[in-house]
Order: sequence, then C-alpha cells, then structure tokens
Amino acid sequence: MEHLELFFKSIFVDNMVFATFLGMCSYLAVSKKVSTAVGLGAAVIFVMAITVPLNWLLDQYILQEGALKWLGEEYASYDLSFLSFIMFIATIATMVQLVEIIVEKFAPALYNSLGIFLPLIAVNCAILGGSLFMQSREIPSLDLAFNYGVSSGIGFFLAILAIAAIREKIRYSNIPAPLRGLGITFIITGLMAIGFMSFGGMLTGGEEEEATEQTALIKVDEVDDVAVIEGNQEETINEKEIIE
Amino acid sequence: MGSLSKKDLKLITDPLADNNPITIQVLGICSALAITAELKASIVMSVAVLFVMGLGNLTISLMRNIIPSKIRIIVQLIVVATLVIIVDLVLKAFAYELSKTLSVFVGLIITNCIIMGRFEAFALANGPIRSFIDGVGNALGYAVILIIVGFFRELLGSGTLLGFKVLGDPIEKTGVYAFGYENNGFMLLAPMALVTVGIIIWVQRSRNNSLIEEN
Repeated sequence: MEHLELFFKSIFVDNMVFATFLGMCSYLAVSKKVSTAVGLGAAVIFVMAITVPLNWLLDQYILQEGALKWLGEEYASYDLSFLSFIMFIATIATMVQLVEIIVEKFAPALYNSLGIFLPLIAVNCAILGGSLFMQSREIPSLDLAFNYGVSSGIGFFLAILAIAAIREKIRYSNIPAPLRGLGITFIITGLMAIGFMSFGGMLTGGEEEEATEQTALIKVDEVDDVAVIEGNQEETINEKEIIE
Repeated sequence: MGSLSKKDLKLITDPLADNNPITIQVLGICSALAITAELKASIVMSVAVLFVMGLGNLTISLMRNIIPSKIRIIVQLIVVATLVIIVDLVLKAFAYELSKTLSVFVGLIITNCIIMGRFEAFALANGPIRSFIDGVGNALGYAVILIIVGFFRELLGSGTLLGFKVLGDPIEKTGVYAFGYENNGFMLLAPMALVTVGIIIWVQRSRNNSLIEEN
C-alpha cells in the first residue's frame, strides 16, 4: 500500500515537471520531437532509479546527524549534512559517466538511443532535485527510495512525452508570431500543470488541500515543530485506516 | 572596474535583453519558476545566483588551462557545489525563514543550466576578468526576469509587495490603496509562473521581431 501510494503520488501529484518545475531546461530543449523526448525520458528514469537509492544510502550512513555511528561511538556526534549537495552531485556525475561506459560496452543498441542524452542528464535539475526531495521528505527505507526514483522518473517521462506530442501537432496551428516556439510551450505547460493539479486530491479523497508546491514548502516548514509532525502522523494513520 | 571597454559593457547589457538567459537561451528555468511566488524570495535567489555565477565563472576561468577536458563537467560541478554550500550556510545563518521557503531550490542552483552553460560557453575560453563580467551580466539577466515574475505574482496574488499591503485590502485599513481588487490566489499557484514567463516572452518578442522563432 505504502509503495503504491508513493508511486502514484510521485507520478501524478508531485509530478517533477508540473508541480515542482524540475528538469525544465531539458524538458523545453529536447521536446521538439517525440522520438528524442522518449530517449531523454527513458534515460532520466534509468539514472534516477540508480542515483536516488544510492544517495539514500549516502544520506543514511554518512551524511545525516549521527549517521557515522557504524564507525564507532566516537563518530556518532558528527553531522555532515552540509556536505550533501557536493556528495549528491558527485555521485550523480560519476554514476552518469559510469552508466555511460557500461551501457556503451554491453548494450550498444541502447547506447545509440540513450547515449547522447546521458551527459545532459548530469546537469538535469530533476536528478539532483529527486535526491534532495528524497532527503527533505525523509523517505524511510531503501526500497521506497528506489520506488521514489523510478516513479519520479516516470512522471518526467510522461510530461516530456505529452509536451513533445503537443509540440509536433501545434506546428500546424496559426499562433501569433511572437508567441511561436518557446512562448506557447510555456503557456501550454502552464495549462497542463493546472490539469495535473486536479490529481491533488487523488490519494486523500480530497480531504487535504492539493499537494502543490506551496503546501509542499509549508510541510517542510513544519518539520521543526514536533507537535505538528505527530498530528500529521495521526492524520496519515487515519487516512490509511480509511483506505484499508 | 572604472573603465569598462565597450566590448566588456556589452557582456553585461546583452543578457539583460536581447540575449536573456531565460527568455532567449532557455537556461535555468527550474528555479526561476518555483520560487517566484514572493518578491523577496526572487530577490534573494537572484543575489545567490549572482554570487555563485560571478565567482564560479572567475574560478573556472582561472583553472581553464589545467582542467582536463574529459572530466571538466565534474570539476565544474564541484566548483559550483562548493559555492552553493557557502550560500546555503549563509542563508541558514542569517535568514533561516527564507532558507526554509527556498528549501531545495538553493541546492538546485548547482544544476542551474545557466551556470553550466556559461562555464562551457564562456569561462573555458576567456580570461578571468571578462568571465567574471560575463557571469555577472548573465546573472543580472536572470535576476531581471525573476524579479518581474515575482513582482506580478506577489502583487496580483497576495496584494502585497515585499510583505507590504498594496492591493486588495479592505478600505478601512489602507484607504487609497484599495482599488476594488480581490486577491487572485491563482497567481500564487505554480502554473501561473509558467504563464507569466510565457507572456514576458510574448511581449519581448513582439517588441523585437528578430527574436521570433521559425515554426
């Protein structure tokens, strides 16, 4: 249940592109044709499925406060979380290069379709964003982190596929000249994002407000307040009971 | 920098309008959209990017002859990540509330394509001073769009500017400033940022026809 909930939540409710605007650069740059969009989308799923669990391990066993306990009691007081940006991005950059080399060696066909997108991905905000959200939302276990990586990747895939299909068709429409290309793409993405907002109540039966960016940010604020967290937990427990 | 040559000046003025990183080069959109619901957050984000970009361009330019080209992406990422950690720690120390609002988006400056794009396109091929100017110029171009979007979203969405009531308050409270305007909460939602940028692009391209894209 937990897995299914996270899966649908990351694809639809917290869609990478429409709810948090991550990976917009490549989303706009590589969405002129459906075939290239599919290539990039697949590469993003692939890389996120690897980097998010890996960064979860890093976060859990090296970066978090008290995470170094396994080295011995004297290390238990270290808090290296200020290093998380640099560790995450280094992991992502090296993993991307490693994946590129491995794929080129063992699956040349896959390399030909994914290959040119892999270097692009190292600097794709969606990948780093996935890891940072994984950290700030405190995903509790490794398999959930893997699930989160894959489903966020699928969310990105869906978004880029949809916009590429629309852009292929819109070429035949009569758009005001200054709006052609980039301008109309922005506005269409905005409209699609409004559509995706309606998924907000999907998992809660509409009891909670839509899980938009704003509420996500507010939730981060509340982390400080222990009482609020407990309240939330009770709520989620109630929700689970209702769902079951 | 008392005497900027014309060429150097162009490095600053170009990105502000005709070669704007967001509306023309399509770089660095992610952060531009997510944090612009408030003007204050937009300004802080702009300053952060200005700092990271100026110093980052300078550093990369100084190291450009010793970076092996095969691993340059990793080197660039490490340089940016270091600068971003500094920004993040400073924000957490002096503006804790704001750093909560910006949440992961400070970290995402690392993968802001403007920064990587300028490293690749400019800093790797030019001297340190020109690179620094180029970095500042592009960061200013980014800032202009961020501030315009933040201005309209905050003004029309919550009727405030930098937290001060401007529009949409009951007449008893502000008198002259109540223009019969009802706050449009829709402007605070994420999709409206996209539409606002779309409209900025529209306005910009109708003023300058050479920017219009072929279909």
